[in-house]
Amino acid sequence: MTDAAITTSPSTVVPGQRVSLLRVLGPAHVWALGVGIVLVGEYTGWNFAVDKGGSLAALIVCWFIGLLYTSVAMIDSEVTSTVAAAGGQYAQAKHIVGPLMAFNVALYLVFAYTMLEVSDSILVGDLIVTVAGTEGLERHAFVVLTIVLLAWLNYRGVLMTLNVNFVITAIAYVAIIVLFFSVQPWSQGTVLKLGELITPENALPYGWIGVLAAFHFGIWFYLGIEGTTQAAEEVRSPARSLPYGTMAGMITLLIGAAMTWYVCASLLPWEYLGFTFFPLFDAARATGSGFLETLLFWGTVLAAVASANGCINDAARAWFSLGRDRYLPTWFSAVHPKYRTPYRSILFLLPIALAFAFIADLNQAITFSILSGLLGYTFMSINIMMFRRKWPLGSIRRGYTHPFHPMPAIALLSICVITYFAVFLGYGSQLIAMTLFYIVVSVWFHFYRYKYVRRGDQFTMPWPKPVGY
Amino acid sequence: MWFTLSYVAWALSAVLAAWMLFDWFKTDTTYSEDVLTSSREGEIEAATEKHKL
Repeated sequence: MTDAAITTSPSTVVPGQRVSLLRVLGPAHVWALGVGIVLVGEYTGWNFAVDKGGSLAALIVCWFIGLLYTSVAMIDSEVTSTVAAAGGQYAQAKHIVGPLMAFNVALYLVFAYTMLEVSDSILVGDLIVTVAGTEGLERHAFVVLTIVLLAWLNYRGVLMTLNVNFVITAIAYVAIIVLFFSVQPWSQGTVLKLGELITPENALPYGWIGVLAAFHFGIWFYLGIEGTTQAAEEVRSPARSLPYGTMAGMITLLIGAAMTWYVCASLLPWEYLGFTFFPLFDAARATGSGFLETLLFWGTVLAAVASANGCINDAARAWFSLGRDRYLPTWFSAVHPKYRTPYRSILFLLPIALAFAFIADLNQAITFSILSGLLGYTFMSINIMMFRRKWPLGSIRRGYTHPFHPMPAIALLSICVITYFAVFLGYGSQLIAMTLFYIVVSVWFHFYRYKYVRRGDQFTMPWPKPVGY
Repeated sequence: MWFTLSYVAWALSAVLAAWMLFDWFKTDTTYSEDVLTSSREGEIEAATEKHKL
């Protein structure tokens, strides 16, 4: 804050004034960003774990992957409450590990969120076409509208974007709660038939290898909660809002995942549950209630829209951060002087999402998103170890300190390894292709791009020197 | 009805995309590149968090 004032009001700036992202968000927005991105996973995606290993396998991975994400939420909360910058894990990697890791992490984030946005918009289009039941009607118009409308919303400002996300995420979550209590979960046999649908013979149809394979799609229960950190530069109090919003989001999702599995596994045969694209909507239809069917239709649409909305927000901020540090051309680091959003990054990623929405199918888009997310989680487990070693407790101020270190990091790394194996079982060629892709871009970054980076400028945190340096 | 809705969706998408492109052009021609790319990581952090315990 030397040559110009940092502007924090939404009014248009005068020439010469510095333009920054606005600090206008609170814990509720952080919750809306995290849960908004993830909740679509309860409406679709997790159920493919049932196809891999049966209903019981889906429940087991729901718990184990829940442990993985609880570790992610705790670790992320500690580091981000200290490294409060747009880019989230990218900024963490830059300060704690180094530039090459940071570049890769930013790409993981952009890929994970853009592919998830594509999956969400395809889901909206497919659901509308399914409900319409009109021959010849294609999903493309609805897919394009979803992506463009949400890009426009993001372009116009982060506060309205996340206010909208809060409302539609809350509606989608309440829809699950209403469905759960409508089927009388306290009285098995009245509506729910868990005992009939899951028997000792079909609980684990492929044995324990099926449980391992189910980790691949079990990750969908919570994929994206780490996206809360992208709001770090736009929350009023990062040290308080980020841990609070992220932890509240994780608790919300753990409850939502348990309710979702219980209702779906008690209403739909596992062979169908593992195949459908709309498990909660189909569960509502199985009850025979028109009200529940309508409610869960809108719940599915709103959850997908909320997820795509949060993904555009996060992918644009990761891309923007790369531009700001010259890891990519600085052109991408422009902030809109009126709306205070990374508008060029939003616009740049828009046609990319549209292109993938036309050429990719839902399963492939989901898998690319999962793989990129998984690489990011692996980084987090290493990152927190290095963070605690270089800056031990007491050396810098932390907004939140996670307990039981290093157990969460070890648990996270272990479950990541299991999930890599699960992904390899189903999508080995994609896993290898993505790994090769990241190796190639790393080589490009090291030998070609890094020479444009102003090395001293990229490390912005006013921390003491790390231990051992 | 559903086909009409899909045409409306195409039209609305085109309008929103055109609006964003127009605003992008207007913004880039109104402000200098130095102003638009003047955001710096950690500015507010540096002003408020000294990391002294």
